[in-house]
Amino acid sequence: MTTVVSRPTTTFPTAPSRTDAVLRTEGLTKQFPGGQVAVDGLNLAVPPGAVFGFLGPNGSGKTTTIRMLLGLITPTEGSFELLGRPMPDAAAQVLPHVGALIEGPAFYPYLSGRDNLLRLDAADRTVGGRAARQRVDEALDRVGLAAAATKRYRAYSLGMRQRLGLAAALLRPRELLVLDEPTNGLDPQGTREVRAIIRDVGAGGTTVFLSSHLLTEVEQVCSHVGVMNHGRLIFSGELGELRRAAGTRVRVDTSRPAAAAAVLHQRGTGEPDIRANGVVADLEEADSEQLVEALVIAGVPVRQFIVEQPDLEDVFVELTGEGFDVDQ
Amino acid sequence: MSTSNPLVLDRPAVAVADRPSRATVRFLRSELRLVFRRRRNLAMLAVLAAAPVLLGVIVRLTSPAAGEGPPLLNQVTQNGFFLGLASLVFASPLFLPMVMAVVSGDSVAGEASSGTLRNLLVVPTGRTRLLLVKYAGVAAYALACIAVIVVSGLITGWLLFPAGDVVLLSGAPVSLVEALGRATLVTVYMAVMLATLGAIGLFFSTLTEVPMGAMAATVTVAVVSQILDAIPQIEVIHEYLHPHWWLAFMDLLREPMLFDNVRTGLLVSAAYIAVFGSLAWARLTTKDVTS
Repeated sequence: MTTVVSRPTTTFPTAPSRTDAVLRTEGLTKQFPGGQVAVDGLNLAVPPGAVFGFLGPNGSGKTTTIRMLLGLITPTEGSFELLGRPMPDAAAQVLPHVGALIEGPAFYPYLSGRDNLLRLDAADRTVGGRAARQRVDEALDRVGLAAAATKRYRAYSLGMRQRLGLAAALLRPRELLVLDEPTNGLDPQGTREVRAIIRDVGAGGTTVFLSSHLLTEVEQVCSHVGVMNHGRLIFSGELGELRRAAGTRVRVDTSRPAAAAAVLHQRGTGEPDIRANGVVADLEEADSEQLVEALVIAGVPVRQFIVEQPDLEDVFVELTGEGFDVDQ
Repeated sequence: MSTSNPLVLDRPAVAVADRPSRATVRFLRSELRLVFRRRRNLAMLAVLAAAPVLLGVIVRLTSPAAGEGPPLLNQVTQNGFFLGLASLVFASPLFLPMVMAVVSGDSVAGEASSGTLRNLLVVPTGRTRLLLVKYAGVAAYALACIAVIVVSGLITGWLLFPAGDVVLLSGAPVSLVEALGRATLVTVYMAVMLATLGAIGLFFSTLTEVPMGAMAATVTVAVVSQILDAIPQIEVIHEYLHPHWWLAFMDLLREPMLFDNVRTGLLVSAAYIAVFGSLAWARLTTKDVTS
């Protein structure tokens, strides 16, 4: 005789929602008690292994979004998932795998850098205490603070503070790193160092979600980008897509602009703009190498052929119709 | 770490986890270290330790006549044992509440104002767990405050005044060991009283990012309660006022000990801790952390 016993549900469901995004939000919205809508219907998806640049001017809702993602602020509407798990329900299981630096570093001024990290390590119930000192020293070493480990946080320079913040985010191996303006207030040297660390982490396979109001930073570090403006996501995709969205253009300097324009148009560029000593057209579906070949075959004398990539500032102006607050 | 499969949580997280109890002990130790290594907190304990010394020297120099002066002060000249307990009477209206207000008012608000609260929460610490550990730190500090006064009082007392068998308030002599047992009971009772104020401070501390605000509110509650307790026209509410029960510890210095007031004091304390602890929990577990 056999008895059929229904299996108890496990604490860790074996079939989490099928999604290939490390971070996904659906209609995420935050309206503060004052009535201000800081984030409005945000739909984001960050693929695994991406270094995702979360770009937008100050006050566009980036930090509020990050605080919602990490469970510090409750969304008024919408839902989101981290590492394929619904949040904030799975926060206790998910957040240990997420490293974060939110709105600049914050530590106890009267403790040393090492003691500050030991404090955070002690708060983590998913790691044992025996290896705490080793974890902390490795993290300090990784950001180049080993020599200043025993110095009080109060005596740290801004660059050292920012690096301690990164060390806290890197205290243990992470699946996802959420960094909010990690180079804010750093000098060029510190900025380079921090970006090198981020690239290093990204190269190691950790997905990075990096908020920034610096176009150059996103261009240098990120593979994917989302653009925020007034609490709304106005673009999301690969960095190259963003450039394409704004339109890569070709410029041909020639003594026969009309003939060149005819060839370009025939080969699928946008409407050519004929100028005195050349022609300019959006590249669109055309292939720049084939354009050169076609021009030569058609006997158009080419003095110069330039493919113009718009920089992100142009893109942003294109997307929002307004300027961008640029620090650098 | 695999990049193709972000669903790391299919792996049981317990593989690297400590037993929950041990993890919480580790966090509690970290909190105690934070409280007891902070210079401000140590300085306040040093001042509390100095109070019996000051009181002892004054009594020694002025030697008040028998039957005069506030309770317990007369006994000090008979036996140094009473110096620490007399100091508790002097420190309880303002000094102890102020020190407790500083530490409890700072507990959560201090973390919020320095931004370390957000770091702890994303570790993740768990908001309920954080609140419990914070209150444990506050309660431990309350115990330290009372213990420092009592111990400093015993040492100073026996240096300045006679020792030997202790004649209790009811006139019966007891052995030194028994007297020290009574002093321990008084210490525990007063620590509970002080930790009750700490629960009020903890609640205020969850309301604000400005530690000074929480501290001031806590001191205000302590002072206003005592003022109300001193107005005979509203005697009907006195038994609900927390400071009303603080000096009930003197009942523990009688032979036999009287437990009625002490018991009521502990019940009132428990009610206050339950109410303000719940309010603090409701606030901290739902608030948007924007600091």
